[in-house]
Amino acid sequence: MNVDSIQNGIVIDHISAGNSMKLYELLDLDRLDCCVALIKNVTSRKMGKKDIIKIDADIPVNLDAIGYVDPEATVNVIKNGELVEKKVIGTPQTLTNVLKCKNPRCITSCEQELDHVFRLSDDGSKVYRCIYCEAKAK
Amino acid sequence: MRSLIDIRDLSTAEIDELVKTACDIIENPAKYSEKCHGKKLATLFFEPSTRTRLSFEAAMYELGGNVLSVSSGSSSSAAKGESIADTAKTVSCYADIIAMRHPKEGAPYVAAANASIPVINAGDGGHNHPTQTLADLLTIYREKGGFDNLTIGLCGDLKFGRTVHSLIAAMSRYSGIKFVLISPLELKLPSYVKKDVIKKNGIPYSQTTDLLSVMPELDILYMTRVQRERFFNEEDYLRLKDSYILDTKKLETAKPDLCIMHPLPRVNEISVAVDNDPRACYFKQVLNGKYMRMALILKLLEEAKK
Repeated sequence: MNVDSIQNGIVIDHISAGNSMKLYELLDLDRLDCCVALIKNVTSRKMGKKDIIKIDADIPVNLDAIGYVDPEATVNVIKNGELVEKKVIGTPQTLTNVLKCKNPRCITSCEQELDHVFRLSDDGSKVYRCIYCEAKAK
Repeated sequence: MRSLIDIRDLSTAEIDELVKTACDIIENPAKYSEKCHGKKLATLFFEPSTRTRLSFEAAMYELGGNVLSVSSGSSSSAAKGESIADTAKTVSCYADIIAMRHPKEGAPYVAAANASIPVINAGDGGHNHPTQTLADLLTIYREKGGFDNLTIGLCGDLKFGRTVHSLIAAMSRYSGIKFVLISPLELKLPSYVKKDVIKKNGIPYSQTTDLLSVMPELDILYMTRVQRERFFNEEDYLRLKDSYILDTKKLETAKPDLCIMHPLPRVNEISVAVDNDPRACYFKQVLNGKYMRMALILKLLEEAKK
């Protein structure tokens, strides 16, 4: 199967197989007007199988959201058909407005325009907790 | 601006310094009676509370300061939909320091991020209540002469009991501590407190549903109330509320120097007859709370000057 290469835009590569849909939702890619390709289970020498997302527009993407879903993913910025920047993500220490705190007792449930912020509390198990109420990210 | 939102905001040295100041206040109250002359404490209580608000207000008056008070959410602009951020900015124009209680967890954190004066968390939902922990610590210090080598039994609602979580965090810094966690299965200590605090610090602990079986080994017994306001389901509350009731009979096997603590208010979890037992320390805790709040107000106002 072939998907055309893009001229100006973003390629999120090395997504663990099966994670692309979660990333698609978290990055709100359904709201974009441009062409977005979500390619699942691509054969990869390094990973066996991987997912790729191609976005045919030079838009800002939330790197923390990508790092939260898949710290091994890479973001390639394409300009005039050329790779101009490759970003390695890693595990973000904080997530701002990536997730919503689901604790009904948390101040985020009622305070207007308050950022939902989560902090990495356990590097090993990748547990994030709300900075306000310490509820675990779900 | 230095605030106190969580007991973990204070280093061990700072807690020791606050205990030292509180002890000095107890010994020499006159020395402190004008320390906050001309200063105003705003007590913003968006949730009902008697002792904590009065304790803060008494503390400020005994330091020679004044108090501006909001005693319920319905009598403040919060009822009109004002945000915590705006309230904090507004009150910063009137007062020198804020003590805030709020039913939503994290509200004092938001206030501290927006205020230009120190904010003290006076209880945020089931989350944190650091000045209660300071009261508990001063009580332990005065009753036991220090913080090391103590077996601490925590009994009752260990799931929603914020004072329990904060006390565990504070006592985990000291050596020779052992925790005995006594609760119904439904109200067990949350696993993240066990993992992130107790286990992380390598502290020995045991869990049981039977208070009597562990009574002889305890140096401190910290009783808690099963709080109706933390339950979404009334049936669960009614089923669990009478899980542990401490009476004189249950204390027969306890150590003669056991220190019985309770953050108060109690409902029925400690029989009134226990009040006459010299080991009952819960009303001393109330008094110690005022002294620690005095020490804390002094410290935060001093730091705000810098």
